[in-house]
Amino acid sequence: MRSQDLGFRLATGAFALVLVLLVCGIGVELARVSMPSIQRFGFAFWRTSIWDPVAGEFGALPFIWGTLYSSILALLIATPIALGIAVFLSELCPAFLRQPLMFLTELLAAIPSIVYGLWGIFVLVPFVRSLETSLPDALRQLPLFSGPPLGLGMLSAALILAVMVIPFSSSVSREVLKSVPAAQREGAYALGATRFEAIRAALFYARTGIVGAVMLGFGRALGETMAVTMVIGNTPQISLSLFAPQYTMAAVIANEFAEAADDLHLSALVEIGLVLFIITLLVNSLSRLLIWSMAQTSAPASVTPGETAEAAA
Amino acid sequence: MNRTRFRKIVSSLFVAFCASAVVIALIPLAFILFFVISQGIRSVNLDFFTHLPQPVGEPGGGMANAIVGTLILSGLAALMAVPIGVVSGIYMSEYAGTRFASMTRFAADTLNGVPSIVIGLFAYGVAVLPFKHFSALAGGFALGVMMIPIIARTTEELLLLVPGTMREGALALGATRARAVFSVVLPAALPGIVTGVVLALARIAGETAPLLFTAFNNRFFSTQLTEPISSLTVQVYTYAISPYDDWHRQAWAGALVLVTIVLVCSLLARLATRRLERMHARG
Repeated sequence: MRSQDLGFRLATGAFALVLVLLVCGIGVELARVSMPSIQRFGFAFWRTSIWDPVAGEFGALPFIWGTLYSSILALLIATPIALGIAVFLSELCPAFLRQPLMFLTELLAAIPSIVYGLWGIFVLVPFVRSLETSLPDALRQLPLFSGPPLGLGMLSAALILAVMVIPFSSSVSREVLKSVPAAQREGAYALGATRFEAIRAALFYARTGIVGAVMLGFGRALGETMAVTMVIGNTPQISLSLFAPQYTMAAVIANEFAEAADDLHLSALVEIGLVLFIITLLVNSLSRLLIWSMAQTSAPASVTPGETAEAAA
Repeated sequence: MNRTRFRKIVSSLFVAFCASAVVIALIPLAFILFFVISQGIRSVNLDFFTHLPQPVGEPGGGMANAIVGTLILSGLAALMAVPIGVVSGIYMSEYAGTRFASMTRFAADTLNGVPSIVIGLFAYGVAVLPFKHFSALAGGFALGVMMIPIIARTTEELLLLVPGTMREGALALGATRARAVFSVVLPAALPGIVTGVVLALARIAGETAPLLFTAFNNRFFSTQLTEPISSLTVQVYTYAISPYDDWHRQAWAGALVLVTIVLVCSLLARLATRRLERMHARG
């Protein structure tokens, strides 16, 4: 190798190293700032549920609960729809509709979170409130629907998260479905399968990648901040009820950080951020691994230049 | 019932479900666009772009400071992210097979998935705590960190599309690797990379969470990089959660401006990509 070429490799490599350093830096920096809280509370921080900055009591369990519950509910709503979209766009859609529909579904991902939140406060929340008040009394006895119908609460948060997650899961599922070899479908059709049965075979073949796509959406939902903060009601409590106002990890950081009363409060909020960072890191890595292993098993012929350019843009 | 007929009905139901899933997803999109446009258009006027926010109770006013703030913050982010992103993208594509390239690719994807609020905390620790006050620079840094992985991955993917024969041709003529990249490969991919940067800017301009405790907010007109600075998104947030009707109207107007930026950038990028594809097809 020529020395100039070695120099080029080292110089560009130094820039690439910045990416690796940033990821490590985030972890180290968050751990450093949250140290006082970690030392003071230890594991009790994650097992107790009283959050009272004035009294210096910090228990983060309600935030973990709110983050997981809202994200799981959002996935339950979003997954069937996202898969339906992926199947429709990759298998069923008339050619002239495909590009415009892809553009529109992906526009959902481009709309800023704050705009979702604004729309959530003034349009979705009143709508959810009227839904909640019109629920028959018999159902109101269930723990799932207990509490006053405020509109602000878990249901609104889950709905808005679902809408925001759909474009991510559906576009990755579509890519994954595209990489299923045509022979799979042709084989099914040759055996006399209906359209549904052939697509079911393709979905089954692509199952690893599809689980990865759904998990990618989960990672997005866990970290989503503004829209959720604006509609979830911001009350730290652990409740199964869809009507109850609750709180998430990202929301409590957004609401309290700039006005944190003292260093311990600040440190406790950063510890929540650290755990959110670790959880999303694990979820995203696992999802990438699944999508990647799917890409390995299916034909390399799946990548044609035109499609990659589209994905990049 | 006849077994074959049953299977055909199931199949049709499935097709109908998939088609309706698309419609279900597009309903919220239509509603959001409808409300943002119809509510926003009522409050957007010249004052909105040229005046400062008014105190509560006084009608009128605008978001001139926030618009300038968003431009400054996005500019700072691009200044930081474009060089780092493009050059690391070059590394990832030029040395695609190496272990370190896979590692950086993984780091880029990881960074891309880090919640924006966490990036804000990081920027707070690095760029606010040591200086003891909020600043435009800290906000730009936070947005820059979010922008780097997007640009790096876009650059990488577009460079990989450039036919290998072009690079080999340059190398065969005795060019150094750097020469081959900067004079032959990179120019071929440049239009696509510019498109990617524009899309990344549109996404960054819509971020709120990383700015809440880095750039903070500022009621006054400021172009000082070491002072807190206002941004469209944080201003919309402040107004949206306030109890005043006047401020709600301003928030809708701000949302309209944000959505317009996103729509225009997405459409332009789409047109540009189409053109590139046609050029590729002609070959």
